[in-house]
Amino acid sequence: MLELKSLCKIFNAGTINEVMSLKNVNLRIEDGSFVCVLGTNGSGKSTLLNAVAGTFLVDSGYITLNGKDITQWPEYKRAFHIGRVFQNPFSGTAPAMSIAENLALAARRGKKRGLGWGLPDTLLNSLRDRVKSLNMGLEDRLDTPIGKLSGGQRQALTLLMSSLVRPDLLLLDEHTAALDPKTASKVIELTEKIVNEGKLTTLMVTHSMQQAVNLGDRVIMMHQGSIRYDFQGEEKKRLKVNDLLSLFDELRRKDQIDTTVADLLINSYV
Amino acid sequence: MTLLIGSFTIGLILALLALGIFISFRIFDFPDITAEGSFTFGASITAAMIVSGANPLIAIALSFIGGLIAGAATGVIHTRFKVNPLLSGILVMTALYSVNLHVMGKSNVPLLSQTTLFTWFENFSVKVSGKDAFYNIIGWSVPAKDVWTLLFCLLIIIAFSAMLLWFFRTNIGTAMRATGDNDQMIRALGVNTKSMIIFGVAISNGFIALAGSMLAQFQGFADVQMGIGMMVWGLASVIIGEALISDNTLGSVITGAVIGAVLFRLLVAIALRWGMNPNDLKLITAAFVFLALILPGFMKRSKKIKLLKQ
Repeated sequence: MLELKSLCKIFNAGTINEVMSLKNVNLRIEDGSFVCVLGTNGSGKSTLLNAVAGTFLVDSGYITLNGKDITQWPEYKRAFHIGRVFQNPFSGTAPAMSIAENLALAARRGKKRGLGWGLPDTLLNSLRDRVKSLNMGLEDRLDTPIGKLSGGQRQALTLLMSSLVRPDLLLLDEHTAALDPKTASKVIELTEKIVNEGKLTTLMVTHSMQQAVNLGDRVIMMHQGSIRYDFQGEEKKRLKVNDLLSLFDELRRKDQIDTTVADLLINSYV
Repeated sequence: MTLLIGSFTIGLILALLALGIFISFRIFDFPDITAEGSFTFGASITAAMIVSGANPLIAIALSFIGGLIAGAATGVIHTRFKVNPLLSGILVMTALYSVNLHVMGKSNVPLLSQTTLFTWFENFSVKVSGKDAFYNIIGWSVPAKDVWTLLFCLLIIIAFSAMLLWFFRTNIGTAMRATGDNDQMIRALGVNTKSMIIFGVAISNGFIALAGSMLAQFQGFADVQMGIGMMVWGLASVIIGEALISDNTLGSVITGAVIGAVLFRLLVAIALRWGMNPNDLKLITAAFVFLALILPGFMKRSKKIKLLKQ
């Protein structure tokens, strides 16, 4: 279970570019839940994910994962329990190293790395089976440097790598945004398969409302650094893309009113 | 021929330096100039120990540890205190200059009358083939002790290369290579990249100190200036190795660095023999590395322009 308590994060504090990316965010994600995070650009959805992953430390608030307070943990230590897939398909793999070596590195997430052989035959065989399950024909190219593969292939492998050791939490950061539509739908299919098979607790940031409607059991909508809407259970099941669109419109209109009303007040009273 | 064998031997000793530079520069993409200080550090520790009557092997082991510490210092300054990598190296290199003077007590320590590793090699040669023996190698008559020294150096370098190759295939070694390749990825897989960099730069400088220690014993003195230009020298060796062996599997790259070091030393020996002014050596080495660094990008661009014109 992941629990976020009054998280705040300010970037560029004290300068003209000061942005409050997270404003008092509270969120509780139960075990096995698959949560989609939606939001406009700059709404703080990726910031939220990175705060959980430990890319930076938050300014205030608490993050607990399975009862452990991980607020001050460095990124690498959180990774013992958290699997991640990045937006950029090139971020999740080491390009100069082979497919097998990349997978072997992932197979030791959260375990001690000592002077044992990195790629023993037994591991190699089990990795080959896992790669075969992707149905991409990559099982015969395990020695190929991963940098020679396409973005879609690399993203599929990153997804596989994030779940080789079962993570307590899987973080997906718009992981299909940089792929073409066909590849994206393939990666989404694979995401569903991996999440369902492992019953993984998942937090997925997306900008595709279709994905948010189709996937998972909960949708969260963020705006200007805070959570504005939260749909779960039956409410989530009934959710349509059009509903989400109109909610976005509503948020945007509210913003406009805020500024125009402020102008109006200034004109009449100052 | 004696000159050739001598160059081969020095080339093999400097292959240790090339391996060290290969670790920092190629595996971690860390331009580590600590090399210039740790090379001398290895030499000065060895000189001081041997002069005080210590066993050469212990002197070599201590030099290696000295290099490890120097490298770790650079790594800590860079990762924990967020100092630019080049500057971290410069700080440690500068500090080591004073340390080296303190270790040796003066700026130059002769070792000619002392028992070094190479005295052992000569003794072995005397035992095997007698005093002042000569071997006939394809028509040249070569002192036996030079041949045995070369063979022992070859064995040493093969052993260290094999060790390095093995290390970079272990779990921790693979994690190290990934740190240089994509640090974000390997952090997301639970590896402390800061420790990896500290550890890696330490090993790199351990190897470099080893090279300094061996060279001091071979040439019969340690000098506080002997590290100057060593980083570029090592880089030149690594680059030659890469040009010779296009395959980029780990084994070939390590072999390439060793062959590159030997070849570069030979080229220098030949150039000096042909009358190149020794004072120009470092200038030419630097120019060579500069060309090797910019040529690949330059060739890519001219290829692109050619393609566009078609």
